[in-house]
Amino acid sequence: MTDRFAAGAHVRTYPHDPPHHTRLPRYARGKRGVVVEPEGRAPLADVRAQGRDDARVEMIYAVRFAARELWGEGDHHVVLDLSESYLREAE
Amino acid sequence: MSGTHEDAVISRQVRRLESLLEAEGIVGGDTVDEVIDGFLAGASPVNGAKVVARAWTDPAYRERLLADGTSAVGELGFSAGGVQKQRLRVVENTADTHNVIVCTLCSCYPLRLLGPSPGWYKSEAYRSRVVRDPRGVLAEFGVTLPESVDITVWDSSAETRYMVLPRRPAGTDRLNEEELASLITRNGLIGTGVL
Ligand SMILES: [Fe+2]
Repeated sequence: MTDRFAAGAHVRTYPHDPPHHTRLPRYARGKRGVVVEPEGRAPLADVRAQGRDDARVEMIYAVRFAARELWGEGDHHVVLDLSESYLREAE
Repeated sequence: MSGTHEDAVISRQVRRLESLLEAEGIVGGDTVDEVIDGFLAGASPVNGAKVVARAWTDPAYRERLLADGTSAVGELGFSAGGVQKQRLRVVENTADTHNVIVCTLCSCYPLRLLGPSPGWYKSEAYRSRVVRDPRGVLAEFGVTLPESVDITVWDSSAETRYMVLPRRPAGTDRLNEEELASLITRNGLIGTGVL
């Protein structure tokens, strides 16, 4: 099985507020970042947290965001560990 | 919803599982506590310090540590933590880059390498501010970095745990591995301190 995103891929996180637990922090919703590396697979926390045992196993990616993209200011970077379904290819 | 991990749900499930196991006589009432105590007994920043001192004195080990932290700390008998071993990623501070770790969703932390996390690490103030204004937060810890240094904040939002490989202080060429380890602080391993 090949990973959907390779290191260096430009991605954008989903923008919405799901009605259940998720591990995409609010401050990083709808933001554009660059994949650092795939980290390994894990059951999707969003599904597990609903007490369901049918969580699909997904690749998690380290994704690097510029502070300016997240906050509109700042010169640092933030890296988050994000499940594949949180991400789509950036335009 | 969201903004928090599912800790409350998990705690409930764990308590229920424990009581079932005990009711069925599968484990004694003290067994789970004993396992947790044993787990915490091995958790200390002394472990992280040994890893860093080895990396400072053994270039091949440093390379393995940065390429695959999980396996490299395993060589020394350590893990990041977890009953199922957690993945560890070690991030290296250099003249141009400084790294700092946080978990904004709760307080994920490489427990076995750093010991129980300090209160401030779990505080709302640290978690919400360090991702937004790391320079301001670091200044409160007494750390002022040149403007040219790029700061990366690692927000552990999934299964990976992070540890910082601090820069080796100048003038320590003559120190052996054990002496070097004694210089390494918990804040240095989190990235809220420099050595
Ligand atoms: Fe966490």
